[in-house]
Amino acid sequence: MNKADVIVVGAGHNGLTSAAFLAKAGLKVLVLEKNPWIGGAAVSRSLHKDWIYSNCSYVCSLLRPEIFRELELGKHGLHVVPYGGGVTFTRDGDILGNYVDEEVKRREIMRYSARDGDAYLRYSRDVMRQCRLVRSLLMRTPPDPTSWRWRDLTEMRHIGREFAALGPAVLADTIRFHTMSIADYLNEYFESDVVKANLAGSGIIGTALGVQSPGTAYVLLHHYMGDVDGQMGAWGFARGGMGAVSQALAGALKSFGGTIQVDAPVAQIVVRGGRVRGVALDNGDEYSAPVVISGLDPKRTFLGLLASGDLDPAIAKRARDFKIRGSSGKLNIALDGVPTFPALGKNNPLAAGDMHFLDSLERYERAYDDWKRGMWSQDPYLDLLIPSLTDPTMAPPGKHFMSVFVQYVPVKVKGQDWTDADRDAFKKTVFQQISRYSPDFESLVLHAEVRTPRELEAEVGLTEGNIFQGELTFDQLLFNRPFPGFAQYRGPVKGMYMCGSGTHPGGGVMAAPGANAAREVLLDLKRGNTVPNGWSDD
Amino acid sequence: MTKRIIIVGAGHNGLVCAAYLARAGREVLVLEANAQVGGAAVTRTFAPGYQVPAVAHLLYGFDPVIERELQLRQHGLTDAKSRGLTVALNPNGAPLVHDGRQVLSGLSHAEDRQAFADFMHKMRRLAVLLKRQHGRTPPKLTWASWRDAWSLVRLALQMRLLGRADMRELLRMITMPMHDVLEESFADDLLKGALAVDAVLGTKLGPRSGNTVLNFLHRHTGASAPRVPVGGMGAVSESLASAARAAGAQIRLGTRVAAINIESGRATGVTLASGEVIGASTVVSGADPKTTFEHLVGLQHLEAELARRIHHMRCEGTAAKLHVALRALPQFTGVEVALVGERLLIAPSALYVDEAFNPAKYGEYSSDPILEISIPSIADPTLAPAGHHVLSAIVQYAPAQLTGGWEAQRAAFEARVLAVLERYAPGFGSHVVATELLTPADLEAQFGLRGGHWHHGELTLDQYLTLRPVPGLGHYATPVQALYLCGAGCHPGGGVMGVAGRNAACVILQGGVS
Repeated sequence: MNKADVIVVGAGHNGLTSAAFLAKAGLKVLVLEKNPWIGGAAVSRSLHKDWIYSNCSYVCSLLRPEIFRELELGKHGLHVVPYGGGVTFTRDGDILGNYVDEEVKRREIMRYSARDGDAYLRYSRDVMRQCRLVRSLLMRTPPDPTSWRWRDLTEMRHIGREFAALGPAVLADTIRFHTMSIADYLNEYFESDVVKANLAGSGIIGTALGVQSPGTAYVLLHHYMGDVDGQMGAWGFARGGMGAVSQALAGALKSFGGTIQVDAPVAQIVVRGGRVRGVALDNGDEYSAPVVISGLDPKRTFLGLLASGDLDPAIAKRARDFKIRGSSGKLNIALDGVPTFPALGKNNPLAAGDMHFLDSLERYERAYDDWKRGMWSQDPYLDLLIPSLTDPTMAPPGKHFMSVFVQYVPVKVKGQDWTDADRDAFKKTVFQQISRYSPDFESLVLHAEVRTPRELEAEVGLTEGNIFQGELTFDQLLFNRPFPGFAQYRGPVKGMYMCGSGTHPGGGVMAAPGANAAREVLLDLKRGNTVPNGWSDD
Repeated sequence: MTKRIIIVGAGHNGLVCAAYLARAGREVLVLEANAQVGGAAVTRTFAPGYQVPAVAHLLYGFDPVIERELQLRQHGLTDAKSRGLTVALNPNGAPLVHDGRQVLSGLSHAEDRQAFADFMHKMRRLAVLLKRQHGRTPPKLTWASWRDAWSLVRLALQMRLLGRADMRELLRMITMPMHDVLEESFADDLLKGALAVDAVLGTKLGPRSGNTVLNFLHRHTGASAPRVPVGGMGAVSESLASAARAAGAQIRLGTRVAAINIESGRATGVTLASGEVIGASTVVSGADPKTTFEHLVGLQHLEAELARRIHHMRCEGTAAKLHVALRALPQFTGVEVALVGERLLIAPSALYVDEAFNPAKYGEYSSDPILEISIPSIADPTLAPAGHHVLSAIVQYAPAQLTGGWEAQRAAFEARVLAVLERYAPGFGSHVVATELLTPADLEAQFGLRGGHWHHGELTLDQYLTLRPVPGLGHYATPVQALYLCGAGCHPGGGVMGVAGRNAACVILQGGVS
């Protein structure tokens, strides 16, 4: 089969989502994937005997429920299990527990500051308000504010009404929320450094910004606006690892007659006569289709897939200036048993949630300073989870899988490419950080996979290893994502589209970019829409 | 009942406000704690025979409308001869010189010449939109009345009028860190360092912090090059005071206001530190919002939510001021004599600026600070004895909340700054007659600037336009009847512009309706 109606480049979760909705509309869809497996950064890999690693993304919450339901992902095997809470360890041997029960959590906060316990109520209310606002924009194509087209104007009016409905005081808070740093934002509510540190992590995960960098308050939303089974802000594990998300999407795609071809690296989008004709693979094979959708990040899409002759130099500059900036790494560890965390005690249910080890905003900011100087953080932020405590399919009985997300990790070490020696030293830094709070951790390690931006780029194809396919700062959000003039999923050549996390609303295994791109393709092809509207359940 | 309007503080905004109100026939009384007018725009003697502009030292965005309407030229304001050049010092060779439009010399990357001209041209076009907002009260975030709706629509239309390309650039860049914009545009380190300074001066932000492009644009809403008034910044204030007096305003110096009196939710006058009570029908505060409400009014007169917002307003100053009396003109490496009187910068790269900023985050001062240097005695020899000179430098970063306090570390910091000067001007130390370092703590004590912040509060998007100083106070009027704000804490913010004073006067003359 060398001909299709639509070719999707890359079988990441967004590419699969786009493909599934288009196949559902009756189009002949072909997905081409460079790796021998599908899923992009939502994968379950068996890299150590009998263990399953979610070796890139590792938790699930943002996946839009509209998509889950419309593609019947449950039927195709996706089961998200919520996990409970989390914990921040302090240097003096105490903890701050993120209990699931909000009242218990508030009392826990009051151990550190009675005032903060009250402030937490206000904080939760205000952040939820922002979540609701942003959630209403996720499944919509951003309007171009500089356009006079009817569609853009009506969409602007729609958004204007959503904002106006907030009222002046909340609207003022909204503008402030979107432009402030997470540190300043938290300082307005809390006085205890531990309480602030406990909440700050969500503002910096995946971004090359520090807690004091304006714009990080918004990043918080990317970790709050999801839900599991309708519980907003909750996180869960996909049973069987994050690959289950991709497998379910692939199942949906196949049920609509779509095809996936692995080991098929696309070298270039073929453009003739000013429009897309298909793609050429690395091995020279050509596939023809009038529509090509790229799930790759904007840099790879514009500068890699398009021949330079097909691209206006001004647009190429935009793509080069697009900020990707890898800032995180990942360790996947096979454990011989559950490590003890003395501060947590035995059988504490909080152990099944996220564990964090930075207990002050200053430690966060200093971790960022290391990154700015081209080093991985010497006192890194870790988001540590033991998924096998919740999902026993990840490891053999009695054994465990530990996922450690690490921030900050630079793309280059002091300006030089990563070497294996660097990677070992980086691993040592992370192990030391964990061992400070869990003395027996290292003795339980059976195998560890260490992923720096180098591995994330080489294997998954994420430029600079950025997990969101591009910074989530306002200059690259909404109608600015990936860059002004290209935020409506259409590429610079007729017939070319984009569906990766580099497009609105960004990364986090949301699948919304994929769905939105499919809607735009169907609109241009004058086909009936199969993509669900956003729910207004909030 | 008295019809008197009392203005607290004879800073430049207070004086502008006083002049406009007096010209409209109101009875105006300005009360100033210090012995001279001007607030942070003053010229004063720091060592016998040596005078400097004590805080602000270069005039950027002073509103030409005010200058014309108040006829400041007739009240003694004149510019000293200055070419308005910026000289980015290079420790190892020739400096980079630009005039805000073109790079004149010193580029090590030739392609940056055109890039700089294009970049500055673009930034000036974008700054026009900000400038257009200056002369009016910011829009309210509501459609409740046609008037409010219109002010929002007008803002949107003005944005549209920039044209598609510029509007896109504005919406993209307005939140960005200067560092990212510089990386997109330039290769030359000296140039990037010099532009980074323009984006961070006077704020607790580094070049990698968002909002620094906004700061840069704010600075470029005025003239493209800095002006140096004859007699220093104090001359600006003196001309304003003269204009206010000529219009009938009274100015009482050495008169510290201890409290603004409130009765039944209405300002009724002030109580002086001496205990004297002066009644008024209207009170206008030129003090910063925190000082005004936390000290002069008292938070008990505000609703809790507003009190909380004022408490959280960010106004930690990070800029110190160094004054040096010099026996002779210092010789800066690679700088020809004709350029020494221009604006000299020590910030050889954006990275240098960022490294200077990092310690400030943790309550430490920069060991290698950035400096904006002016030697006003070259253009205006009256400031120093014959043949001698005075150097005035803004030094950043020196956070107000220094761990361990400023008293213990003042000497060490001053030594660091002098060491940096010595590096760029070998032999500098041998010319020094006297020095004065004003830390943010000193600026707070001597000029009443809360937190020692030059702009009465950070100029960031969350404290900008309608949100300045805080949501609910963005329109010069306050919830306390007959009490108004007119300082740099209000829209459009700091820099010696006078716009806030004029806007406040307009609001008051319209009966408090913005």
